[in-house]
Amino acid sequence: MHDIANMASNFINLDAVNITYLFLVGFVGGLVSGFIGSGGAFVLTPGMMSLGVPGLVAVASNMCHKFPKALIGSIKRAKYGQVDVKLGVVLGISAEAGVLYGAHIQESVKKAFGDAGSNLYVSVSFVVILAVVGGFVLRDAWKTYKSGSTNEEEKVTKLARWVQSINIPGTMVYFKSLNARISVLFTIPLGFATGMLAATIAVGGFIGVPAMIYVLGAPSLMASATELVIAFVMGLGGSFKYAMHGLVDIRLAMIILGGSLFGIQLGAMGTTYVKPFIIKVVMGVIMVIVLFSRGLMVPVYLAQLGLIQTLDPMTVKLLKSTSFLIMIAALLIGALIVLKAMWQGRRAERLSAQEAFGPAKI
Amino acid sequence: MAGNSQNKKKKPYAALLVMGLLSAALYTFLLTKQTTINQYFAMGGAYAFLPIATAFLFSYVHGSFTGNFWTVLGIEASKKKKEVK
Repeated sequence: MHDIANMASNFINLDAVNITYLFLVGFVGGLVSGFIGSGGAFVLTPGMMSLGVPGLVAVASNMCHKFPKALIGSIKRAKYGQVDVKLGVVLGISAEAGVLYGAHIQESVKKAFGDAGSNLYVSVSFVVILAVVGGFVLRDAWKTYKSGSTNEEEKVTKLARWVQSINIPGTMVYFKSLNARISVLFTIPLGFATGMLAATIAVGGFIGVPAMIYVLGAPSLMASATELVIAFVMGLGGSFKYAMHGLVDIRLAMIILGGSLFGIQLGAMGTTYVKPFIIKVVMGVIMVIVLFSRGLMVPVYLAQLGLIQTLDPMTVKLLKSTSFLIMIAALLIGALIVLKAMWQGRRAERLSAQEAFGPAKI
Repeated sequence: MAGNSQNKKKKPYAALLVMGLLSAALYTFLLTKQTTINQYFAMGGAYAFLPIATAFLFSYVHGSFTGNFWTVLGIEASKKKKEVK
């Protein structure tokens, strides 16, 4: 049983500086989430921990801000016709199972190898997954840019065409984002993997969105919008689970939500101004930068486990600070790309309106 | 003409004000009563509904406020691309 008095004492004192910091990180995280469907958690969770919030409370509070944020974001993007609710719910439910399994693996790793082992597992997962998926997404965006086909409709990958061609009676479901019927036997493992990743590195969207694009054949805009539905389903279930143990610090969650609801509305509107490949650019860039951030921490955890020579405290401190700064940079760079693309899109629209209606004020 | 009529579209000042005040009231309550709130919200079990309901309430009130905030500032979605194919 949980010691309730202890749980309440896990909640930190908040001052104006902490509140402003959480609000601003929430805003930037929300902006990126509104655009690519996920993001922010990888900065918010360690960010809260740097304020003295215990790890589990940070994870729980982050999750409790995520689901209402995703709800508002998905409603907004549904207005633009970008959300496939059915696909989001189907993937979200299987993701929920993935979260539970991922959390179970985390606990087993922690029990067997302690905190350092658990941190090493998280960091290595980050590096491997982000290197493979992030590298692939960024390469695809670069190829689209170089080929000059940024205005053309996105091509469905060979893998997605194969997935859509398989007919398994009794399991076929029509999804509007794919404009095809596919077997839920394909969506279940993808949702499960998204949930497992969310439980491990806190950002399920880093696998969910690319999976919807490259494996199922959804357009980037719809995949990133549908990810918000998955985040809502997963976040609601996860928050409830943590809240049952009294781990949610509602003040932290609502302050972050305060900033992120400003951001997510802006990010969602941004998607209506940009070419679809920009979604891949933002996602790929963030993933690759975060990869370096987590990669820097691997030697620290290896040393703590005694697998390599002990590092001196100054080096550890330097690696930790650099890692955290790179993570913040990843989020800020992502946000800047979103804002720049949105600004350019708005400018182009104003210019074309001027051309259409003459020199009238716009 | 079309551009002018779009510019003259009524902005949701009243909704912004109402939701802004409500949102400010919710945040003020949360921060001024934080000790009591923390005690109840950390109890777990059936009390888990408290943070979930709070999150929904804040998302509705503050979400409406932030949506109207950008609209009043003139930042809206593109008029061209309303639907993704």
